[in-house]
Amino acid sequence: MPRFILKRLLHGVAVLWVVATLTFALLRVLPGGPFDRDRRLPPEVMANIAAKYHLDEPLLAQYARYLKGLAAGDLGPSYKYIDRTVIDIVIDTLPASAYLGLVALALALAFSLPLGVTAAAWHDRWVDRACTLFATLGISLPNFILGALLIWVFSLKLGWLQARWGMPGSALLPAMTLGAMPCAQLTYLLRSSLLETLGADFIRTARAKGVRESIVLFKHALRNSLIPVLTLLGPVFAILISGSFVVEYVFAIPGMGRFFITAVTDRDYPLVMGVTLVYTAILVCANLTVDLLYSAVDPRMRTRG
Amino acid sequence: MSALTKALRDEFRRSPAFFLSFAFILLVMLVGFLAPVLSPYAPGGFEEQRILEGPSGAHWLGTDELGRDLLTRILYGARVSLTVGLGTALLALAVGTFYGLVSGYAGGAMDNLLMRVVDVFYGLPDLLIFVLLSLFLGRNIGGVLIALGFISWVRFARVARGQVLQAKELVYVEGARAAGASHARILLRHILPNIFAPVLVTLTFSIPAAILAESTLSFIGLGINDPYSVWGTSWGTLAQDGWRAMRSYPHIIFFPALAIFLTILSFNFLGNGLRDILDPKGR
Repeated sequence: MPRFILKRLLHGVAVLWVVATLTFALLRVLPGGPFDRDRRLPPEVMANIAAKYHLDEPLLAQYARYLKGLAAGDLGPSYKYIDRTVIDIVIDTLPASAYLGLVALALALAFSLPLGVTAAAWHDRWVDRACTLFATLGISLPNFILGALLIWVFSLKLGWLQARWGMPGSALLPAMTLGAMPCAQLTYLLRSSLLETLGADFIRTARAKGVRESIVLFKHALRNSLIPVLTLLGPVFAILISGSFVVEYVFAIPGMGRFFITAVTDRDYPLVMGVTLVYTAILVCANLTVDLLYSAVDPRMRTRG
Repeated sequence: MSALTKALRDEFRRSPAFFLSFAFILLVMLVGFLAPVLSPYAPGGFEEQRILEGPSGAHWLGTDELGRDLLTRILYGARVSLTVGLGTALLALAVGTFYGLVSGYAGGAMDNLLMRVVDVFYGLPDLLIFVLLSLFLGRNIGGVLIALGFISWVRFARVARGQVLQAKELVYVEGARAAGASHARILLRHILPNIFAPVLVTLTFSIPAAILAESTLSFIGLGINDPYSVWGTSWGTLAQDGWRAMRSYPHIIFFPALAIFLTILSFNFLGNGLRDILDPKGR
């Protein structure tokens, strides 16, 4: 087991290196530079800026400098937000995104698990149809529409929940908006996975033995149906935690999501690479955790190394 | 093929949602195609005296902050959504299926390498890939379509590869190989028809995913930026206009949002129905 974890961690470091190299290369071939303004700066000023950020060095030297910093946990300075390092920006904005993401994930799980099990248990009855309809509506509703709708109903019409970030209860509407899509996906996945398991031979055996249906469902079938759900949870976790541009925009939340766009349009290379690497690192860790959970759910997976 | 037609007819009878979705998608296609004929006003026209009006006899869905007819704008917007949705999905289908076919069929080190590339695509945030690409490709309908295709081809690659790995082991494929058939012939004649159903299901779910992505990108101001195109304005951009005026004039966001939602919903219902037909196990 420790060997397996070590192997996966090394693999994760390799993935981070590939992503860092790829974004570094992509950003350098982009048209336009980080300090292009509408009004041209005098060449001496440009030269000074370039020297300060080491942009006058050969590309390979810049790349080596970046990787060296990365190994020491330094993501470099931001080009756009003077006097702030990328690490500072991440530390300032990631907690809001992560908090929102965790609430959204909790909501998604709290609704999707019962819905998926209910749908599968009453397969092809009206309960099942209602659950699948709910899930289909969920995957068809874009974030920005759901967010606008929730704000319109709960903030503007009913005046119940203020949309301002930081007030008590202010995370609820954005978390619902963010969690709706994964909730629908998880419901679908759990339902179809459970249905497949319920058709298996060992379930028939259990029923033939006279095991109570509730025990068949929760003890025999559910545990064997969780693998696809866990697989989806890895990327879903990373996406929810690292921040959604749309939800943070609609609800005016000072999270990290917006930098996936603004940093690129600002040509703030270190910030782009920083948020990308943070996302990838979260994804790698989430996938590793999922792999470890596999063996908790399914003992057959414990032997592999 | 007649079996498929019969199955389709059965599904129409079994599920009213499937039938309604099918009809709605045909309607949206027709509307997009005939937008110049159906629209009550010129696509660029505006009336300064009639800004931000609610629905009325003259303007069924009201007007926006420049006095443009919302119905006209929504009818034209259907073109953008459908073109991007279908175009992206077909592009991803072509690239991803080919990639997955080659990867799965080649196997071994080649397969390993090709799938690592897919892993890297999965490891990058979709939005970042899109923003980076659109800086190269531009903010026109073709550029957005290709950039979105770049994000969604990996799904087809995975589905196709998984299916090929199974199909490769089938007895008649082995037979064809033993009989000396070329790789191209085995792939096209024997393996491709086998992966048809799952790829088709992936396609029907990729269309609404692309429409959703395009409208979201347009909403946050990263979509098509080409106000004078014959393609019209994206529903996402219309929703953005409405978002800014939502406090006082909610109808401006309501109608484009409804159009987006119903179109995506219809494609998802269609996808569900097709999956039930092609893979009755998961019903």
